[in-house]
Amino acid sequence: MSMRLFVSRDAGAIAVGADEVAIALQQAAAKRGVAIEIVRTGSRGLYWLEPLVEIATPQGRIAFGPVTEADVPSLLDALASNTPHLLRLGATDEIPWLKRQTRLTFARCGVIDPRSLDDYRAHGGYKGLERALSLGSDAILNEVTASGLRGRGGAGFPTGIKWKTVAQAKADRKFIVCNADEGDSGTFADRMIMEGDPFLVIEGMTIAGITVGATKGYIYTRSEYPHAVEAMKAAIVAARRGGYLGSKIGGSTYDFDLEVRVGAGAYVCGEETSLLESLEGRRGIVRAKPPLPAHHGLFGKPTAINNILSLAAIPFILAEGAKAYAEYGMGRSRGTMPIQLAGNLRYGGLFETAFGVTLGELVDDIGGGTFTGRPVRAVQVGGPLGAYFPRALFDTPFDYEAFTARDGLIGHGGIVVFDDSVDMRKQARFAMEFCAIESCGKCTPCRIGSTRGVETIEKIIRGERVSENLALVEDLCNTMKFGSLCALGGFTPYPVLSALRHFREDFVPAPTTLQAAE
Amino acid sequence: MTTVYEPSHETSHEPWDETRGAEIIAEHSKQEGATLVVLHALQEAFGYVPEAAIPMVAQALNLSRAEVHGVVTFYHDFRHKPAGRHVLKLCRAEACQAAGGDALAARAEAKLGVPLGNTTADDRVTLEPIYCLGLCATAPSAMLDGRLVGRLDEKRLDALVAEAQR
Repeated sequence: MSMRLFVSRDAGAIAVGADEVAIALQQAAAKRGVAIEIVRTGSRGLYWLEPLVEIATPQGRIAFGPVTEADVPSLLDALASNTPHLLRLGATDEIPWLKRQTRLTFARCGVIDPRSLDDYRAHGGYKGLERALSLGSDAILNEVTASGLRGRGGAGFPTGIKWKTVAQAKADRKFIVCNADEGDSGTFADRMIMEGDPFLVIEGMTIAGITVGATKGYIYTRSEYPHAVEAMKAAIVAARRGGYLGSKIGGSTYDFDLEVRVGAGAYVCGEETSLLESLEGRRGIVRAKPPLPAHHGLFGKPTAINNILSLAAIPFILAEGAKAYAEYGMGRSRGTMPIQLAGNLRYGGLFETAFGVTLGELVDDIGGGTFTGRPVRAVQVGGPLGAYFPRALFDTPFDYEAFTARDGLIGHGGIVVFDDSVDMRKQARFAMEFCAIESCGKCTPCRIGSTRGVETIEKIIRGERVSENLALVEDLCNTMKFGSLCALGGFTPYPVLSALRHFREDFVPAPTTLQAAE
Repeated sequence: MTTVYEPSHETSHEPWDETRGAEIIAEHSKQEGATLVVLHALQEAFGYVPEAAIPMVAQALNLSRAEVHGVVTFYHDFRHKPAGRHVLKLCRAEACQAAGGDALAARAEAKLGVPLGNTTADDRVTLEPIYCLGLCATAPSAMLDGRLVGRLDEKRLDALVAEAQR
């Protein structure tokens, strides 16, 4: 009887040796004359356990990890003789870190073969589309609105309202654009879902297309994600072959097709209007709004542009109903959020859970504190434009409004943990420098403000007229926040001001030094 | 069916050739908004976007040379000259900074004798910063000629540098 093994082909798993382990397993099995089948899945998101090897048993999958090439012979011995192994973790679904999650969007990620349409369907795939086809546009809009889904890209705009605007727009052509330009450090959920469950993205976009009346969709992703690009392209080919893309999708009267487009290393292209410019083949320079993309979007046509995680949440909402989704969460933040735990963390990975979990739980309890073993000092939430939170704010619940109330943002759900060796002056300087490098240049506050910001923070670091320069940085941030055209310039003040506010001691020299200097 | 992913990391490029360039441009220029698609294809073939290709792209896409030049220079990906034989990219974004990336970047610069963004004098290695490979849970990370490496430490970095120098 052939052994059925599962090894991730997720870029994060490959980066820590999953390919080598898969090859070693195959070679060692061949040498022993043991028949094995290796299914290359996505990642379950438990990155400290990657490369994770799972074996199918009548009782479900059993996990081993992290497995190195050197572990392969002993692992095969144990598997063949059904004897214990040091790396045995027990049933995968019972691993506490996984069991604590509520996986609606990532339910299949790490479980199925991302290249197999049949596997996707066998695990509940395309149920949402089937129901959407029977409902029609107006009823789908009601479901999406009732689910309370808000854009998972960061701005948190209600998806139902956005779609309705596009649905009502009159035009000869409309588009669905999937923003998969996941440039924020600390985020990798988009990459994981494209690599681990690409048909989910296709299904979500297809439902969006039916709803708003679009016949063409674009997935705009990053050149830094070659594995995701390859996985998405392969899935599109398979979906087309299966009748799920192209003309008369799923035997209906609807036509919808998809194309993957790859960016070229510009962070600002994650901003929706800049992304549209880039898709049209131009420099990714931000457009002033209005007109909204919903009215005047890609190639001047009405366009629903959604983050990949928003689109990936759609199939569940349609398949299980709006109520089932809205039951999770708190306040106006409904459903689940794939939270990405990263940086200096013992248990880094993807943790999907309902809104409302506190920052402290995520960092200390789920993340297990730092891997350096030093105390956690600062946590940046929401990417390079997100605020740095000190321990004092660890009671903040993961919720759009709760973070806004504390001058932060949850953005795309990335959490980057720093230990006490962090120098917050350097982090504040980096935020400005990143903005200066990535600014599209269209508006003055962002283009000039970020450069002046770097210079002024450098003066503070050198100890030059510290209090005056601190005031100047705050003034500059104010100008950027209210004067910039888009979130790049407008949100760069978040990391800078939060560093100044919560970690003041890093910027202002101790009183004795100050006296000596004067 | 057994599927073992075997990535191709070897990067070999053709020397610039006008006829070949014209072919590539023609192949991709029919799509809507094709500029980036065409430029990516040119860079994949030649390893950079040759200056000589810019007027050709402009003509094919009915754009001005200035517009194409503007696109090429706006995006960090497009090279104006070929890179070294190997390209080592180190992630410099926050998650990797938090995991000791700064010290590793400094170490790589010292070992190769060039600052980030430069190619060694012998043209063997181009050392570049990259802002996020999406491997933030196994930080710090690097990419050598398309091969991803996570959980980078001094030992793994030294091995990568040595491999790149070969």
